[in-house]
Amino acid sequence: MNRRLLLLAPLAVAGASGFGAWTILRRMKEGTFDPHDVPSQLIGKPVPPFASLPALDQGTEGFGSAALETAGHPMLVNFFASWCVPCVIEAPTLMVLKQQNIPIWGIAYKDKPEAARAFLARHGNPYARVAMDEPGRVAIDWGVYGVPETYLLDGKGIVRWRQAGPVTAEVLETQLKPMLRSVA
Amino acid sequence: MSRKLAGLLLGLLLLAAPAWAISDPAEMLPNPAQEARAERVGSQLRCLVCQNESIEDSNADLAKDLRRLVRQRIAAGDTDTQATDWVVARYGDFVRLRPPVTWVTAALWGSPVIAIGAALIAVMLLRRRPPAQPVPLSPAERARLAQLTEPGLSEPPPAA
Repeated sequence: MNRRLLLLAPLAVAGASGFGAWTILRRMKEGTFDPHDVPSQLIGKPVPPFASLPALDQGTEGFGSAALETAGHPMLVNFFASWCVPCVIEAPTLMVLKQQNIPIWGIAYKDKPEAARAFLARHGNPYARVAMDEPGRVAIDWGVYGVPETYLLDGKGIVRWRQAGPVTAEVLETQLKPMLRSVA
Repeated sequence: MSRKLAGLLLGLLLLAAPAWAISDPAEMLPNPAQEARAERVGSQLRCLVCQNESIEDSNADLAKDLRRLVRQRIAAGDTDTQATDWVVARYGDFVRLRPPVTWVTAALWGSPVIAIGAALIAVMLLRRRPPAQPVPLSPAERARLAQLTEPGLSEPPPAA
């Protein structure tokens, strides 16, 4: 009898592993688990200090960490680039957010000003301010590992949420909207 | 003709340099000891774009940037641990190719011990048990055995 139980042990281990693998695959299919996702180290922390980045357009304002901290209202910070395909995918969602008066500050990552301008002319400009991070050095302090990445700051400049990859309509409904309600 | 072609191909092969990620010697630190340390640090840091390569092996832009930053820090006097921690502070423990021992990774690091321990316990349990006594023969089996072992049965029948 005991020997039978011992023989069942490997079966139980195999069963548990199988269930685990199935759960991972199911959640990947649902979009609730991404094995490539790297969690942000900034959640619950203020934005990393950085000197003011130059503005994309003359006559507009760039920004640094000081401007983000003293804005006094929740906002989104969006890293984008004209060479980034998923940025095209999320462009309509960002325009929806703009129409709902949610301020989005953009940081053009490793991009040339004229290319960034052409991108915004073609896909719409959802940003209240656009700054240039041409060397991509500030992005590294934020822990950015690809574009687009979107950070939600509360009114005190604390990072509450981060999306690595495009903010799709689904991400907006299931994740960002509840977060926006909680920081409002 | 085909000989010439083969020679040409061989020549081209010899020309092809191995594809090191650090293709630009300008990336390397002038101090060989510091360069060796930077390579050691970088080879333990994951490139987050490709995820299964170290930043030393990867050609991704971000890996190139991180390589340069690690070298800047080493040249500025950081220890290996300080340079690693600088990157981990930005990208988290996932950036380490060798996960640290924390309570989250305890099961991962402990799995060999758990597996060997379970095997040892199983072996001990199996060995401690005395071998099972054979079941006594039923009367029918005993009769059959007696019949089979009757003297003279295994010998050839006498010639008629």
